[in-house]
Amino acid sequence: MEYEAVIGMEVHVEINTKSKVFCACSTHFSAPANTNVCPICLGMPGVLPVLNREMVNKSVAAGLALNCTISRWSKLDRKNYFYPDMAKNYQISQYDLPLCSNGHLDIEVDGQPKSIGITRAHMEEDTARNTHTLGGGQSGVDFNRSGVPLLEIVTEPDLRSAQDAYAYLTALKQILQYLDVSDCNMEEGSLRAEANISVRPKGASVFGTKTEVKNVASFSGVMKAIEYEIKRQVELIESGGAVEQETRGWDPDRGITFTQRKKESAHDYRYFPEPDLVPVVVDAAWEQRIRESLPELPLPRKHRFMEQYGLSDYDANVLTGTQAMADYFEAAVQADADAKKTANWIMGDLQALLTEAKADISACNVTPACLAEMIRMINDNTISGKIAKEVLAEMFVSGKSPKQIVEEKGLVQITDASAIEGIVRQVLADNPQQVEQFKAGKDRVVGFLVGQVMKASRGKANPEKVNEILRNELAK
Amino acid sequence: MGKISTKDVEYVAGLAQLALDDAAKERLAREMDEILSYMDKLNELDTANVEPMMHAMEMTNVFREDVVGESLPREIALRDAPQHDGEYFIVPKILDTEGSA
Amino acid sequence: MTAWHEKTAHEIRNAVRARHVSAAEVAESYLNRIAAVDPKVDSYTQVWADFARAQAARVDEKIARGEDAGRLAGVPIGIKEVICTKQGHTTCSSRILEGYQSPHDATIIRKLEAEGAVFLGKLNMDEFAMGSSTENSAIKTTRNPWNLRCVPGGSSGGSAAAVAADLCAFSLGSDTGGSIRQPACLCGCVGIKPTYGRVSRYGLVAFASSLDQIGPLTKDVEDAALALNVLCGKDAMDATSANLPVPDFTQALTGDIRGLRIGMPVECFTESLGAEMREKVLSAIEVLKGQGAEVVEVSLPTLDYALAVYYIICTAEASANLARFDGVRYGFRHPAAGDVREMYVKTKTAAFGPEVRRRIMLGTYVLSSGYYDAYYLKAQKVRRLIKEDFDRAFTKCDIIVTPTSPTPAFEFGAKTADPLEMYLSDIYTISTNLATLPGISVPCGLCASGLPAGVQFMAKPFDEATLLRVAHCYEKNSGITLGKAPIA
Repeated sequence: MEYEAVIGMEVHVEINTKSKVFCACSTHFSAPANTNVCPICLGMPGVLPVLNREMVNKSVAAGLALNCTISRWSKLDRKNYFYPDMAKNYQISQYDLPLCSNGHLDIEVDGQPKSIGITRAHMEEDTARNTHTLGGGQSGVDFNRSGVPLLEIVTEPDLRSAQDAYAYLTALKQILQYLDVSDCNMEEGSLRAEANISVRPKGASVFGTKTEVKNVASFSGVMKAIEYEIKRQVELIESGGAVEQETRGWDPDRGITFTQRKKESAHDYRYFPEPDLVPVVVDAAWEQRIRESLPELPLPRKHRFMEQYGLSDYDANVLTGTQAMADYFEAAVQADADAKKTANWIMGDLQALLTEAKADISACNVTPACLAEMIRMINDNTISGKIAKEVLAEMFVSGKSPKQIVEEKGLVQITDASAIEGIVRQVLADNPQQVEQFKAGKDRVVGFLVGQVMKASRGKANPEKVNEILRNELAK
Repeated sequence: MGKISTKDVEYVAGLAQLALDDAAKERLAREMDEILSYMDKLNELDTANVEPMMHAMEMTNVFREDVVGESLPREIALRDAPQHDGEYFIVPKILDTEGSA
Repeated sequence: MTAWHEKTAHEIRNAVRARHVSAAEVAESYLNRIAAVDPKVDSYTQVWADFARAQAARVDEKIARGEDAGRLAGVPIGIKEVICTKQGHTTCSSRILEGYQSPHDATIIRKLEAEGAVFLGKLNMDEFAMGSSTENSAIKTTRNPWNLRCVPGGSSGGSAAAVAADLCAFSLGSDTGGSIRQPACLCGCVGIKPTYGRVSRYGLVAFASSLDQIGPLTKDVEDAALALNVLCGKDAMDATSANLPVPDFTQALTGDIRGLRIGMPVECFTESLGAEMREKVLSAIEVLKGQGAEVVEVSLPTLDYALAVYYIICTAEASANLARFDGVRYGFRHPAAGDVREMYVKTKTAAFGPEVRRRIMLGTYVLSSGYYDAYYLKAQKVRRLIKEDFDRAFTKCDIIVTPTSPTPAFEFGAKTADPLEMYLSDIYTISTNLATLPGISVPCGLCASGLPAGVQFMAKPFDEATLLRVAHCYEKNSGITLGKAPIA
């Protein structure tokens, strides 16, 4: 029988406000343990929460970008459970009236458009962090993360494959980064994804029993975990077994999911409205202000790049991967560089340099104007493409303009025919064996000879001219 | 026995992280039963069209601005902890993996 | 001349500011009184003699330099154990917070200190403010200064007993369902619960967040007005505190109540009210009538449901508010715990008293899966009906009058066996908390048993001015002086 998977995602993202959601402590990630804490985020007796306005602004921005309806009236609730990472042993969250609901995120999988329903996005607070590394089985608790603002984004069960999930997560991350709402750094835990997975015979209308896969540390891990879980469930059903509703963890080393918690111990969270906070009312004017401040989002921008600059789907996709990259590209094009060539340079050599230096394009020494200038210098034959690579590497290190580098290093391309002829003759004189081979009909030694000429000119000779003159000389 | 059985009491005690011996369970079942029966008088009122009073105040939109203020010195934060190591609050073994937002 | 500890807060304040007495002398008078008398009453859990002397010295220095020493210059006060203070401990009279040092002062503590108040120490209470007799304290038994065999009421029993025995000029209490007014009534002093949102709750250890308010217990109504002037006002740390101007409440004490309409809820004067209490409250109403007030009958048909609503909402909120006491970050931790779950269970079971455990159980139950709608949601709906009843009644009157407590102080142990019986002590006070109204208890004479009785006035939300005006007018014209509690 053929099966199809039904997948829904729950994603927690830390909203990048400066201060925590209910107190004035810093949200800074790497502070020493228990230094960004106060009586409020430690849940000490007698304290009260006050909601950070920026949390609402950023959550509404995210909601609008996800095409959600923004609740005119929403409230916060207490979710009760005991765990050492919970300062108050209840989490302030949103239960039945989330700030954002009923949206969708358009993604593309293998070039095919797909719309993923967003059930809800709600505000809550992050928990503390438990370390399990202390001796004697004891754990340490660090409350720096306690009270960092979180947005929980829940999809409809609209995903059908690990690829769908990967595309969804990538698109979501892109959008949230474009909005400057979250860093979405999975390693630092500012984005955490859980997948609800079930399988059913293809075409069936009812859902199978789902499992929830938690605690996966990367997008590719999520993809592998989903793939594994789909296979596990299908095999289980095929062999006459039944899927049990449970929470499963992901072991990246063994590449398997494993049981964490059975349904029997499901929680009774005893939600009730948080009496210490008043309702949040986002009126039409407030919503409109935020809507007007939204940047152009990745997918529309990608389509505009394809149309306006004649870029391929692939190139436009890469270039709109982050807002910084897309802004960089457009700035270079506006500085009068050829769009297609700019795209190639950014995605090729510049990206390689960035990757090697583990740097982000937003902090790159090479300004878009300088990159544009360099591309123009190639176009007008001032430098060869090969020399340009050298120039770019130097720009990347020193931040100097390409013109300055070319001048300082004497890298101007040799296009003067007589100068090139001199070098060609010298090379032919030095390689009589190859000249003989050419004359005997071995045409491919030309490549070798061109290489020798380029080498002798230290790369500066115009390759087309070299080719032309070399063939002329050999024909003599 | 009325509304509340000792099994219910056991379930609720589990949620509340309390331990009760059999005598305490039975006593609580009796007391809670009496109190909850008293509370059942609320069913005399028709509240089908009544909005629940979820907040004591009729205010909305009370916020703080996103400004970082002072945190506690760590030695004060840890001062009253039953066990700490100067950096972390120390707790006994955590057996279950539930929890976490 | 009467001793300084026998005087009211406003008398002390005026004398200190006029340099008739130093703050240090007043503080010493109270500290001596505490040393002599509190061993019989046991109202204080902690006495901060050196701290109080240092505070008084600062007030005296300010006055010597000719600076404004504040609206409570040199007034010695006692603080309920439930209010956070950096000084001393904040234990809520619970074993679970034994020795706990708060890293922060409550907002009102900072305000009081800025106005020159002198803190004598902390006062006993029912554990986490749950109770009506202070018998639920894990620290000690506080006795009623009018009869040491009787309870002082609760939960602010220490606060009421200390005022009644002249062990402070006034005290701070907290009121979730009557916890200021009922003990004030039982100890023969004045106790006011301001409108919900009037006084910042930041630094008040929460029992039931949607009902809790801080308020003063005082020797007279003028002192209540004086204290409210300092306590009230918007606090950025409390999202539920009201952003409304605070009038000078002492200016409201004009003595003129002509034309004010006093509402008598028919539901509160039925046969179930004992004859003695009924007679006392009715004569209080006569006093107001004699001062030109008009008396009207009002009806609060849902009043009968208030107790049920109250015990659902307050226990539900408490079950969450008290979850944080788990032995991780502060307070008691049971030493014999192999893992975290065991630590939670052993810690809570060992260190919460039976009434706290009972309320946590009830609150957990009414919120639990399958019961939320039947209990918690239902209670929230009926709470609105109760509030609407009061809104309607206040279209017909400016003040509502009822007894404060159905009975005067009772003997130790009289109600501890039956929780519901104890809960009924709050029958007249809880509806003001549910409807978020201000309420005040004023002494209205002594019962045949020699124990004080009290009358309760309630006003519209944020109309503490009218409330105090009526209470003050009654106090001045009732012809009743209780005299000093015998402390025997």
